[in-house]
Amino acid sequence: MLTVSIYRYHPELDAKPYMQDFQVDTGGKDLMVLDVLNLLKTQDRGLAYRRSCREGVCGSDGMNINGTNGLACITPLSSCVKNDKLVLRPLPALPVIRDLVIDMDQFYKQYEKVKPFLLNNTPAPAIERLQSPAEREKLDGLYECILCACCSTACPSFWWNPDRFIGPAGLLQAYRFLADSRDTATEERLAGLDDPFSVFRCHGIMNCVTVCPKGLNPTKAIGHIRNMLLTRAT
Amino acid sequence: MVTSVTNFGRSGLSDWLVQRVSAVILGAYAIFMVAYLLLNTQIDFGQWQALFSNTSMRIFSLMALLSLGAHCWIGLWSISTDYLKHFAVRFVFQMVVGLLMFIYTIWGVQLLWGL
Repeated sequence: MLTVSIYRYHPELDAKPYMQDFQVDTGGKDLMVLDVLNLLKTQDRGLAYRRSCREGVCGSDGMNINGTNGLACITPLSSCVKNDKLVLRPLPALPVIRDLVIDMDQFYKQYEKVKPFLLNNTPAPAIERLQSPAEREKLDGLYECILCACCSTACPSFWWNPDRFIGPAGLLQAYRFLADSRDTATEERLAGLDDPFSVFRCHGIMNCVTVCPKGLNPTKAIGHIRNMLLTRAT
Repeated sequence: MVTSVTNFGRSGLSDWLVQRVSAVILGAYAIFMVAYLLLNTQIDFGQWQALFSNTSMRIFSLMALLSLGAHCWIGLWSISTDYLKHFAVRFVFQMVVGLLMFIYTIWGVQLLWGL
């Protein structure tokens, strides 16, 4: 039997959050954490968590699994459970709406700041803006982000300054558009990042890299942004 | 763009660069001093005074002193903006740190140059 300890909080019923223990029979199978939650849902219909694609694409079920942020749907029990105990908490730093569901408003505000869309002031061509294979290759490792917020909520700099530090997820996307050969707003984008908080609050501890369920490297992207800022200013 | 008026160089890039350059200078100074003391275990006052009256050493020491002031200011400012959430507490802390860095720098100049 697997003991699952889950963070519970219903703002209309509970004065404060608490941890609730459940016993789950996994039948000896190496289930994904999301499967365990689905089994628990049959025990307690009130348990709240987000999930959608259940295959690591939508980024809905980011949560803190035995102390490490990750996607419940692609985290097998064998990779996180020790001594038959699974502890599930909501992603840290953002306000809890209910149980494992967090309010991602602040996260999306930071994402919005980096203008995550192509800016190009040249006349649009008849069909499409072309890129060479080499130019397209620069976007690999950047465009795959699914905005699950595992990285930003694992970052102490984001914990202390979620309103001023863009966070690894937002900065990965900032670089995704800075690196795009079709984007012409490089100067404008860089000018908006040259303050002590937006980019430079990153101290390179690489928690973001450790937890990214897609294996991306926001710290490297932040390094590239720094280099671009340095090149521009010297 | 997030605005700030209390950080060292007004821009994040400038602070970041100063932090790194000052770290290299402080590292070089620390290595030099440790190596000097290891190679001269029987050092006397005359030798010590001769070392610090050398113009190159004075420049190196002053550079390390200014680096220390700037490095501390940037680091402690960063810590204050992380952990001190109350504006008044944060502002007073930043002013005290700034004042201390100024005092230590002037005091250090006086010691080094014997003014």
